[in-house]
Amino acid sequence: MVQLTINNIKVNAEEGMTILDAAKSVGIHIPTLCHLKNLSPSGACRICVVEVEGQRGLTPSCAFPVFEGMVVETNSPRVRRARKTIVELLVENHPQDCLICVRNKNCELQDLSEKYGIREHRFAGETKQHAIDISSASMERDPAKCILCGRCVRVCNEIQKVGAIDFTNRGFSSIVTTPYNKGLNVSDCILCGQCILVCPTAALREKSALKDVAYALQNKKKFTIAQVAPAVRATIGEEYNMPLGTNATGQLVTGLRRLGFDRVFDTNFAADLTIMEEGTELVNRIKNNKTMPMFTSCCPGWIKYVEQNKPSLLEHISTCKSPHEMLGAISKTYYAKKMGLDPNDIYVVSIMPCTVKKFESGRPELQEEHLNDVDAVLTTRELVRYFKMAGIDFNDLPEDKFDNPLGESTGAAAIFGTSGGVMEAALRTAYKIITGEELDKLEFEDIRGLQGVKDCTVKVGDLDLHIAVVNGVGNVAPILEQVENGTCKYDFIEVMACPGGCINGGGQPIHNKPEKVQKRIKVLYEIDNEMVCRKSHENEAVKTIYKEFFIAPNSHKAHEILHTSYTDRKQLLKDKVG
Amino acid sequence: MHSHIFSNYPPKDKSNLIPLLQDVQNIYGFLPETALMDISEFIGMPLSRIYGVATFYNQFRLKPLGKNIIRVCRGTACHVKGSANLLFALENELNCKAGETTRDKTFTLETVACIGACSIAPVINVNGDYYGRATVKDIPKILKKYASQTNSTEKIEEQITSEK
Repeated sequence: MVQLTINNIKVNAEEGMTILDAAKSVGIHIPTLCHLKNLSPSGACRICVVEVEGQRGLTPSCAFPVFEGMVVETNSPRVRRARKTIVELLVENHPQDCLICVRNKNCELQDLSEKYGIREHRFAGETKQHAIDISSASMERDPAKCILCGRCVRVCNEIQKVGAIDFTNRGFSSIVTTPYNKGLNVSDCILCGQCILVCPTAALREKSALKDVAYALQNKKKFTIAQVAPAVRATIGEEYNMPLGTNATGQLVTGLRRLGFDRVFDTNFAADLTIMEEGTELVNRIKNNKTMPMFTSCCPGWIKYVEQNKPSLLEHISTCKSPHEMLGAISKTYYAKKMGLDPNDIYVVSIMPCTVKKFESGRPELQEEHLNDVDAVLTTRELVRYFKMAGIDFNDLPEDKFDNPLGESTGAAAIFGTSGGVMEAALRTAYKIITGEELDKLEFEDIRGLQGVKDCTVKVGDLDLHIAVVNGVGNVAPILEQVENGTCKYDFIEVMACPGGCINGGGQPIHNKPEKVQKRIKVLYEIDNEMVCRKSHENEAVKTIYKEFFIAPNSHKAHEILHTSYTDRKQLLKDKVG
Repeated sequence: MHSHIFSNYPPKDKSNLIPLLQDVQNIYGFLPETALMDISEFIGMPLSRIYGVATFYNQFRLKPLGKNIIRVCRGTACHVKGSANLLFALENELNCKAGETTRDKTFTLETVACIGACSIAPVINVNGDYYGRATVKDIPKILKKYASQTNSTEKIEEQITSEK
């Protein structure tokens, strides 16, 4: 332990702790911009500077370790003046368009400008001019709004280990961009959107589909269907000052009805369907000695990662479409037929915690007779904006239930939104398919939680099933290497690209509350616990759809509508460069 | 064409990035995208980071050189003696900005911090020839002299092949 003094308060801190953390432990707030917990300190922005007795210059508290007898002043006039100047310089080289900015009132630069009382332009001068990168289907990059804090670069490189963007050029022309400034669509980017979650300004944001959805809702000819991902109900309340970890399913359904959707379905229904298909596929692969191990296919970011980095392993990925694509596909086939609707008139909108889903919904592989399975994807954040625009006061909404039959779901589907959930749901059903008996204990504690790779062995009849759950695409490279050289001991592997799973997806509400992931996950497990049906194969609506339409899991018809194929994007990118 | 350079380095060692970039530039006179992609795979570093390094240092160029390289000194002495006017005149005459190459690939225009010939400021250097006390009036004459001459990258390539 080290003893030091911060603002005349005696502080006991652990050795190696930064001044920033030591101050935090006694309730002293030091503002930060470039700092990100658990990532390498960069000290780039200098907002966190403090005065340390005996040192000539100001010290960045986010990167400086404490020492015995240290005397620190975090809020002296000199410190405040320095911070104010830094904010002024940043603001001056930033577009002055807060009023029409998507991050208005949720911007760290705006907050600091307000906090340090910036009331005039003292440094009017040349400002950087950069074009907006709209090349990708999911995200927009606006380097003019970038303050070069480098948080996106560190998340992309250190957590996701994708490395699509980095600092390029020097000095005034510095810009965070893709190689050759080419645009995200031809970079290594998997569009996971983790960079959006850490961006302090609007330099990174989703590509909005609000206009398209609004037009469709106005169009009387269109039969509009909304579907909601499991992770959205656990987070949307945060945008309305509900406590972290509030389940807002009921309000969400009412809100979507009031927006004018003809039907509000639950992606969880399709999650149960996915489990039936994926579980059966796994069993068939084991029985017929086909390509093993098998990876889950629910996460489009993970799919894109393999397509771009290890296309030779695409055979290992389950051919099942992701749940929301399945729901779109059956809406335009099974449901259209049942209701006597023309599939051309059906407009399916997915409310997702995810940015990659936008890209996914445009994939040519995910079409039925030239109709996209899903027509538009809105992130949680976009839906909140739409509610606000439509004058819907979310907090006061009565609760309502999803429409039938595609709104019925089980507890297994609810946990799809968190890392380990798809695997747990699959095991509950695979056990039944293989042994014909039900599991005694449904919870698999070994594969819950936030570790990078979780694994366990499950005894299924006389079969030892070795499974692994990869939490975050940054942890997947070693396993892919093992699969490539044939040393992988696992049979079935779940991968979700975002750390924590969809619950922490790139389309979720933006705020830096470190405890958010845990609390959001808790909501999903609670939903699962409270359900009577907690296994996908017990979903009555799923049973019905097999009886009426698909006949059996992995049948010819199921393959046509519920399964897909993948593309070698590594080659595509190479061809492009030539 | 550049695959032989990898035999001199261990794979997956990020510390060799700069020597590798220098080797590639020695071959082509610039850094072609395909070569950077190969380096990325070889040392296991994202292409974005390699591009970041390549754009950070002045010594690396990402576009092919023109036949002739014009370096305008923008050091203090030359600045006082009006090198900004020289640069402006050259940019106008060549219709390209500093750091760029003309469309016909005849000239590459660059600026240098100090060329070390302050006594004859302002200085322009073309393919290693110095032009001291240069004026805006001299520029068309100087350009004309080189417009029809041979290729500096060809010279470099000849040099490389003769070394082998």
